[in-house]
Amino acid sequence: MLNNRNDVSTAETRRTLSVLVDNKPGVLSQIARLFTRNGYNIESFTAGTTIDEDITRLTIEVTADDSHTELMVAQLSKMVPVHSVKLLEAEHVIRRELVLFKVHAVTSEVRNEIIQVANIFRGSVIDVSRETLTLSIIGDEKKIDGVRDILEGFGIIELARTGMIALERGKYTINDESKVKGEFNYGKNVL
Amino acid sequence: MLMTGAKILMECLLEQGVDTVFGYPGGTNLNVYDELYKYSDKIHNYLTSHEQGAAHAADGYARSTGRVGVCFATSGPGATNLTTGIATAHLDSSPVVFITCNVSGKLLGKDAFQEADVIGIMMPITKAQYLVRDVNTLADDVREAFALARSGRPGPVLIDILKDVTTQTADYEYLPREQHYAHGSLGSLMMRATTSALRMPEPDRQDIETLVKMIDESDKPMLICGGGVTRSRAHMEFREFAKKLDAPTAITLMGGGSMPGDDPLSTGMIGMHGSQASNRACDGCDLLIAVGCRFSDRVALKPSTFARNARIVHIDIDRAEINKNVRTDHHIIGNAKVVLAQLNAMIPQYDHSEWKRYVFSFPRETEYDASTSALTPKEILSTISDMMPEDTIVATDVGEHQMWSIQHFHFSYPGQLLTSGGFGTMGFGLGAAIGAKIGNPEKTVIHVTGDGSFRMNCNELSTEAYYKAPVITFIFNNGCLGMVRQWQELMYNGRYSATILDRGPDFVKLAEAYGLKGRRVSSPEELTDAIKEALSEYSEGRGYIVECTVAQSELVRPMVNGGTHITEFLLN
Repeated sequence: MLNNRNDVSTAETRRTLSVLVDNKPGVLSQIARLFTRNGYNIESFTAGTTIDEDITRLTIEVTADDSHTELMVAQLSKMVPVHSVKLLEAEHVIRRELVLFKVHAVTSEVRNEIIQVANIFRGSVIDVSRETLTLSIIGDEKKIDGVRDILEGFGIIELARTGMIALERGKYTINDESKVKGEFNYGKNVL
Repeated sequence: MLMTGAKILMECLLEQGVDTVFGYPGGTNLNVYDELYKYSDKIHNYLTSHEQGAAHAADGYARSTGRVGVCFATSGPGATNLTTGIATAHLDSSPVVFITCNVSGKLLGKDAFQEADVIGIMMPITKAQYLVRDVNTLADDVREAFALARSGRPGPVLIDILKDVTTQTADYEYLPREQHYAHGSLGSLMMRATTSALRMPEPDRQDIETLVKMIDESDKPMLICGGGVTRSRAHMEFREFAKKLDAPTAITLMGGGSMPGDDPLSTGMIGMHGSQASNRACDGCDLLIAVGCRFSDRVALKPSTFARNARIVHIDIDRAEINKNVRTDHHIIGNAKVVLAQLNAMIPQYDHSEWKRYVFSFPRETEYDASTSALTPKEILSTISDMMPEDTIVATDVGEHQMWSIQHFHFSYPGQLLTSGGFGTMGFGLGAAIGAKIGNPEKTVIHVTGDGSFRMNCNELSTEAYYKAPVITFIFNNGCLGMVRQWQELMYNGRYSATILDRGPDFVKLAEAYGLKGRRVSSPEELTDAIKEALSEYSEGRGYIVECTVAQSELVRPMVNGGTHITEFLLN
């Protein structure tokens, strides 16, 4: 009898992990270290407090295959400062990023043209000077790439991005209980 | 009651029942050692020659007694000297609390004298770390650290206390250990668990029933006894399980002692230096149940073909081990002791005689050429085990002597074999043996080592001599770094690059320098005489060194190369 337990996909795709951790010094470096250890580059890493001020929500994006993703979720889950980890499935996730673009705009024609671009992408102008315009745009990477493509024609002086944040669609949350989550808590919390 | 941080630390150690610490003083932990001086009637400090020795001693103490080991060191080099010892404890899931001190708060981050980012250094090699900057959280942090070290999958925990915290005062109130779980940060950690009042949750009933059914469908079951059985002291439950299942049982290096080496069901070690019986059984079985093992690359040499004809079931306390190295068909999460007890209550007595006949038609122990005059590893180890008390604790270093020890010394209880399995730390043995002797004063403790490993940390001979914590050291001297040389012989066309130890020291003279006796032996008679003298020295509270001459050409057999199929024996 031969079984198919070794048939796992080795395709590397972009994964979004949502992680709740203690809001304490040292925790972020502990989390970031785990990805380094596994040899993965973090594509995006965001952190911010949640409804509970003592808990930080991290959204981490990496490009990895199935088995390494599983391993990273497992190793994150067993860290003491980690409350929960969820791998957000591509088809059930809403992802957004905020990007600030500072663009060359020396004439009023150019400024008007850029303002139109901002309107089309539902962005806003947040700063203006005699030589520049600064726009803020919210979207997923497709939209951001689209805006960037167009703005490059005017000359982007610099840009800053927040990194991706994400939530699941519908009623599901990171706090939903599951058998696997219970299993992870076992090794960590059984005292 | 108002007291200093250093005093709170002592009181917290007493709450945990700690009476033994291993460590080394220095500039930043002066206050801690000053307090220890005042508590010396309750807490005994063992000063080693080097912090690494202290780390291994605390680890050996923990592994052999099942209690949490404690180790002290100062900042900077004191802390970095611990790292090898901490990583050793981490890879073998040994519960040790390491307590270092760091420079004062106002110097932190300014490259002060003997300052290092100890938390940053220790993060990858500890289960948890605490930087104590506020004397008011000290007691809470110490309580949480001890609980974490021994809970779930055990492991080392680091507490780094700023020097000024040790002199500042805070209100301390005694709290008995049973109540720690309901207070402070440890209390909130408990509350966080998915089910309330989690103490020792039951393994999933459905998962157990699935395994019971799989067992019933199997004609050729096999068991692997891993380090988890040793750590949870689940050996009695495991032996009953093996007996009821009537299944051939292999051990991993860390499982040594949990299944007796001479049990009729025991096939010996599995993997790279596993026996023919173990490796062939693994390849032929239709159901493989691994308990508390993590399928390391020295066991599952080629994960894709490991137990290729079997359904693999993994029983472990740590969910992160499931599907990490080998993909499995079923798993049960829980403490081995609890899971096995439930399984034992549910399965009938099986008879797998035919399957056993096949498995045990292969040798479970390596044969040696008896015609040579040189001492063979088996001769040495069986002479030792014949002449020593049955419950002798054996600490090993790392290399050929380590593999020979597990192959030929039949361990009979968990905690009897102390060896660095995961991290493979040469120089682990002597410190671990001293820690074990201090934790088990009634038992005989021996240290099996090689000439390479022994040269690394033989400085601890002064510790064993001073504290009258005698250890009998057996050096397998083959004049080389045998394990590496073995690979060079087999895979590098005999280019022995930097592995030949054609140099000192004279180990017998070295023993004398430390006030111990020793003897060099090269025949069975000489060995017997030396052991007799060793035992008589031992009864006087003195250690001894037996240097056994072993042929350089003696290899560890069998051997399967890493990354190849488990039955592709390179050496038989």
